[in-house]
Amino acid sequence: MKPYEYLEHTADVKFRAYGSTVEEMLQNAALALFNAMMDTSTVQAKEAWDVELKARDLEQLAYNWLSEIVFLFETETAVFSTFDVNVSHNGEWWLKATIGGERTDPTRHAFEDEVKAVTRHEFEVKKNDLWCLQVVLDV
Amino acid sequence: MLTKISEDIYEVPMTHRPGMRVPGRIFVSQSLMEQVEPGTIDQVANVATLSGIEKYSMAMPDAHLGYGFPIGGVAAFREDDGIISPGGVGFDINCGVRLLRSNLDAKDVQPMMSTLVETLFNAVPSGVGAKGRLSVSDQELTEAFLHGAKWAVGQGFGVERDLAYCEENGSMNGADPAQVSIKARKRGRPQFGTLGSGNHFLEVQRVEEIYDEEKAKLFGLYPGQITVMIHCGSRGAGHQICTDHLEVLSQAVNKYCIDIPDKQLACAPIGSPEANHYFGAMVCAANYAWANRHIIAHWTREVFTKYFPEAELDLIYDVAHNVCKIEEHQVDGSRKRLYVHRKGATRAFGPSRPEVPAAYRDVGQPVLIPGSMGTPSYVLCGKDHALDVTFGSACHGAGRIMSRSEAKRTYAGQDIKSALSKQGVTVRATHPAMLAEEAPQVYKPSNEVVDVVHDLGIATKVAKLIPLGVSKG
Repeated sequence: MKPYEYLEHTADVKFRAYGSTVEEMLQNAALALFNAMMDTSTVQAKEAWDVELKARDLEQLAYNWLSEIVFLFETETAVFSTFDVNVSHNGEWWLKATIGGERTDPTRHAFEDEVKAVTRHEFEVKKNDLWCLQVVLDV
Repeated sequence: MLTKISEDIYEVPMTHRPGMRVPGRIFVSQSLMEQVEPGTIDQVANVATLSGIEKYSMAMPDAHLGYGFPIGGVAAFREDDGIISPGGVGFDINCGVRLLRSNLDAKDVQPMMSTLVETLFNAVPSGVGAKGRLSVSDQELTEAFLHGAKWAVGQGFGVERDLAYCEENGSMNGADPAQVSIKARKRGRPQFGTLGSGNHFLEVQRVEEIYDEEKAKLFGLYPGQITVMIHCGSRGAGHQICTDHLEVLSQAVNKYCIDIPDKQLACAPIGSPEANHYFGAMVCAANYAWANRHIIAHWTREVFTKYFPEAELDLIYDVAHNVCKIEEHQVDGSRKRLYVHRKGATRAFGPSRPEVPAAYRDVGQPVLIPGSMGTPSYVLCGKDHALDVTFGSACHGAGRIMSRSEAKRTYAGQDIKSALSKQGVTVRATHPAMLAEEAPQVYKPSNEVVDVVHDLGIATKVAKLIPLGVSKG
């Protein structure tokens, strides 16, 4: 299984992230989002950030998760490389995650793009053999 | 199948997809039409399904694939049965362009272009996650949301005269800071005076050609003159405001039983609490963007004065190209209040409109069309004919034809920089890959796009500006 793949889009960045579980799919989607901006192998997981989210359905949860990463990236001035995600649901969907990364260092972290936001255009969660999340990012 | 209505006008028929309430209109030349992706036409058709849409779902000559609306999309919705959608504005609310004219000649400035561009690059923070030289308090941020460029002038950025030369006088009515989340505030506070990344830029230009002497004189433009163009928007504050309200509006579509063909077209009926809240927050972001461009212009003036003590940089105009505005338009013989969404489209009002600054009331508003790094930018002048054709709208740029990933595969940033340098363009950017993505070749030729606008009589060409020095994120 490839963790994610980028698809052609004229103005923005489109990807599909896969996982054998919802958690794995959300982890891979976070990596796809971050690797669209920079090479995450240059990031050391020196610090940890905890995230807790809830949503009415899985699609909303996935959208909030990726939007939260964009928010943290900007407001914490930090770059991330590890995403440990736990999801539960009983009526509502809950996500608890620990994100590993470090403060942005322009001498070591070279950005190729800036993800401005996660769009809802063609945003979709599907389950066939694998879980699949399709995303278009505004860059 | 599209129907050719006349030269440069193609119609997307109502049979293109189920649920279209009006036809689509794409304003492109035949050669530009060949570059319009099928997905863009579908997006024009999707917008045509939204409630209360008036006349046509339109796409300007720089139309290309976006999310929700196409880029270059324009649609107007009736107050009584229409909707408001963030999909028709975008994440970068009030992304826009301002143009400053100088009293300097290119021949005097050109010899020190690399020093000038380097100093501008350092004076105006840019790049991913850039934080400004200015961090404001929560109260100041509220004032900026409410009053935009007017707030910035009160803080010592720019001068009073500038305000009359901004769309909406740089301060749009209807801001409701209570609808802006803590998250959006947190993103907005440290980012005043920053360009951001991607296609945003600060560019030193030379007036290369004048097409209309009379209008150029009125705009204060002459050949060989140095001008400065600033292209940026509302930064993280705008992005977060859009993200937050998309969530609310995606629930509103269920509440109001609205069927949308694309989740990014989440919307609510005009007058509903959800629509009012989004609009009030959107205006906050629009005002943030005007304040942002005002601060950047101020720092640009400081840099110029350092090297050229006699330099004066006067604002010609500042236009928004991602915004929803309440405007009155004549439709089928009656005057209607419409919510005009322009997503990657510039307002292009002619002389009859009171919104045009007093100084330009005889001719129409300046329409500013930025090129890409190596291609010319244009100044046009809005015409009243545009009111009949496009609700007074024109294109906003050249329009992408190559994806960012393909651009990165095809071009190396360093090669682009050397090629531009040979053309006489000095470029300073945070990372070479950014240059590859924004290479001149990834955009449609800006002259072709502008010629369509001119030929359609939406706005007429006044001047061509060529880049000399570019500072990018």
